Amino acid sequence: MSAKPKFAMYWAASCGGCEIAVLNIHEKILDVDANFDVVFWPVAMDAKYKDVEAMEDGSILLTLWNGGIRNDENEHIAHLLRKKSKILVAFGSCACEGCIPGLANFVPVKELVDTAFTTISTDNPQNLRPQTTYAMPEGEIHIPTLYPQLRTLDQVVDVDYYMPGCPPESHQIGAVIDLVVQVLQGKAQLPPKGAVIGAGNSTVCDECKRKRNVKTIKEFGRIQLTHADPELCLLEQGIPCNGVATRSGCNARCPTAGAQCIGCYGPAEGVIDYGARLISAFASVIDADKPEEIERILDGLVDPAGQFYRFNLAGSLLRAGKSAWKG
Amino acid sequence: MQRITIDPITRLEGHGKIEIFLDDAGNVANTYFQIPELRGFERFCVGRPVEELPLLTNRICGVCPEAHHMAAAKATDAVYHVEVPRTGKMLRELLYSAFYVTDHTTHFYALAGPDFVMGPDAPVAERNILGVIHKVGLEIGGKVIQCRKYGHTVVEMIGGRKVHPCTSIPGGLTKGITEEQRKEIEEMGKWAIDFALFSLKLFNDIVLGNKAYVDLILGDVYTHQTYYMGTVDEKNHVNFYDGKVRVVDPDGKELVKYAPKDYAENIAEHVEPWTYLKFPYLKKVGWKGFVDGKDSGVYCATPLSRLNAADGMATPRAQEEYEKFYKTLGGKPVHQRLATHWARLIELLYAAERWVELATDPEITSSNYHAIPTEKPTEGVGIVEAPRGTLTHHYWTDERGVVTKVNLIVGTTNNYAPISMSINKAARNLIKQGTVVTEPLLNMVEMAFRIYDPCFGCATHSLPGQMPLEVTIRNAAGEPIKVLKQFVD
Repeated sequence: MSAKPKFAMYWAASCGGCEIAVLNIHEKILDVDANFDVVFWPVAMDAKYKDVEAMEDGSILLTLWNGGIRNDENEHIAHLLRKKSKILVAFGSCACEGCIPGLANFVPVKELVDTAFTTISTDNPQNLRPQTTYAMPEGEIHIPTLYPQLRTLDQVVDVDYYMPGCPPESHQIGAVIDLVVQVLQGKAQLPPKGAVIGAGNSTVCDECKRKRNVKTIKEFGRIQLTHADPELCLLEQGIPCNGVATRSGCNARCPTAGAQCIGCYGPAEGVIDYGARLISAFASVIDADKPEEIERILDGLVDPAGQFYRFNLAGSLLRAGKSAWKG
Repeated sequence: MQRITIDPITRLEGHGKIEIFLDDAGNVANTYFQIPELRGFERFCVGRPVEELPLLTNRICGVCPEAHHMAAAKATDAVYHVEVPRTGKMLRELLYSAFYVTDHTTHFYALAGPDFVMGPDAPVAERNILGVIHKVGLEIGGKVIQCRKYGHTVVEMIGGRKVHPCTSIPGGLTKGITEEQRKEIEEMGKWAIDFALFSLKLFNDIVLGNKAYVDLILGDVYTHQTYYMGTVDEKNHVNFYDGKVRVVDPDGKELVKYAPKDYAENIAEHVEPWTYLKFPYLKKVGWKGFVDGKDSGVYCATPLSRLNAADGMATPRAQEEYEKFYKTLGGKPVHQRLATHWARLIELLYAAERWVELATDPEITSSNYHAIPTEKPTEGVGIVEAPRGTLTHHYWTDERGVVTKVNLIVGTTNNYAPISMSINKAARNLIKQGTVVTEPLLNMVEMAFRIYDPCFGCATHSLPGQMPLEVTIRNAAGEPIKVLKQFVD
């Protein structure tokens, strides 16, 4: 076994896009290979929990964790990798703030399962649901238990750094790898614990090339129902674009392609609650002085809960993990 | 009763686990392939604006978000009863063709290729993409990386992002492409055609030129006779983006050809209480359990299935390869599941040819890529062929276009029953009374489901792509008596 520092990457309740984003750094993946021993990375190499259990505590230098904590298996591995890792990074939106699967926290877990097992194409005359332990004629078989809520990684274990994005942009991943390699060579220092890495310190709006005219709006529109001007700020055209509350780092990719920012890089620096920040930003562009006029304009936002907490419900004050967990 | 547990196999939109039970004589009594995860998209997409579903459902799978983006966008078109302008449809299909080239390439080189190029019983340390590169030359590794880059470049140009594209909306797209971009896309597409032809030649030389592999392909261990599903155009040629879903029986005769909106009359999902995933089957035939044959509603939706369900390919060079495929394997339909790898390469060539066809269409740079919906949103179904099977999205909305109900039948899910059957058959054939369970045997079990490229497959792009496996053999008291591992140092 070489003396290179050890690297691990793991997915919990995630989609695999974070892994693809890492592979999309192309040749730079060879830097990872040159500087690290990849000891655990289910997608690419070795998926054995038992081998991780056998490692000495703290023996993995760097673990990138993606995915939220949806079931008991996810939680078990989170504790295991925390124990074995010197540096644990919440990698991607799911681990940092819950991401789209965190929208499940609006409903009880029973409803998630009930819905899936009663759709129009489901043939379920006995109204069965998955059982975590099931006695087959040959013996008992098991599947993990779904938790009542999806939790972020730092609601379960101590996290050293946060790397936002759904998924993190490949150029940002490349930059973080460069930094870690420099730290290993003694040429750079690690940022302070708890820092957000691989992202900017301002907002998506600051990176967006669309023109802003400090214009206010009389109504919110829907992107499919308008021909949006490709040069002008989407929000000022009434399209509910989340760029103003969202952390920079992606080069304003979606607004550049004509689509609204949906907030995947999470709250901008210094923002405690993303939804609250976005509500105040939207309020500031509404051009109305009568309450009923304000009501009418706000009715144009057909899904306020989703609009304001699309990526960060699980990590937000609205569902601040641990207290909601008890309920 | 002895038990063999394979846990975890890695990704199938989550994690997977296999339980193999042996009877007292040491023969396989039964196998269970369990999916231990459920995230609840069908429930929490309710209440969201329907135009967000192409963005939210992307996050079902980051390996093939393009497939969800397209099926979702088509479902939203249907919800709004809007016809996407020709340029809009072509741009979506162009993005999708480039995605297919990338996805099929990586599956072949990183996952399936090593079994053939290196051999199913080659040393574990060599039976991976690096082994392939060492054997056939560094140049090929460079080409695979180049292919991924080109594919993702096109996805980003049209879709706005490399992962989780964002530009498809009800009625079309938020942006088009410039002439400059078109030229670049065309050049990359021509390169992709050459790469596809090269890959087919490689398959021809290494696999078809080796009698042992041909025997393996034609043998019984990996053969099942089921129904086959695939989307076809009006000439019954394979299409990935649009058309009708055609199903043929085990004799190759058409059972049904249905429009997306009629999917629920044709497909139902059987429930077992020991797994979080359902088992789709053909409603007209019925669920008869995990069995082959004409009387069993089990169907398969893979590259092989698409070729079996179609009458041919829509592009000339892919058609030549299609004809050669059936000539070599003794006519249609082909039931030997290992031939899926060859079928995948024929689809790769088709996708590359289609990429260039679309990139050279005079209307591809038109600004007419979006039609504003004018009708009230109601309900709609969108279907595309994901690389891993027919993908169905069905949405219902209120009159504001807010989602009230969602039903999804996802690519890999189609193949849940066939994968389970393939695992069972491979295990029964390979593990018998007195068999010493060895590592190559594990790999042969692994090959049974690698055929289907379940979702973890393409995620192994450009890295050693062996699926890690550990098999624990326990005695009747549940105590481990032997542990076998691969990719576990």
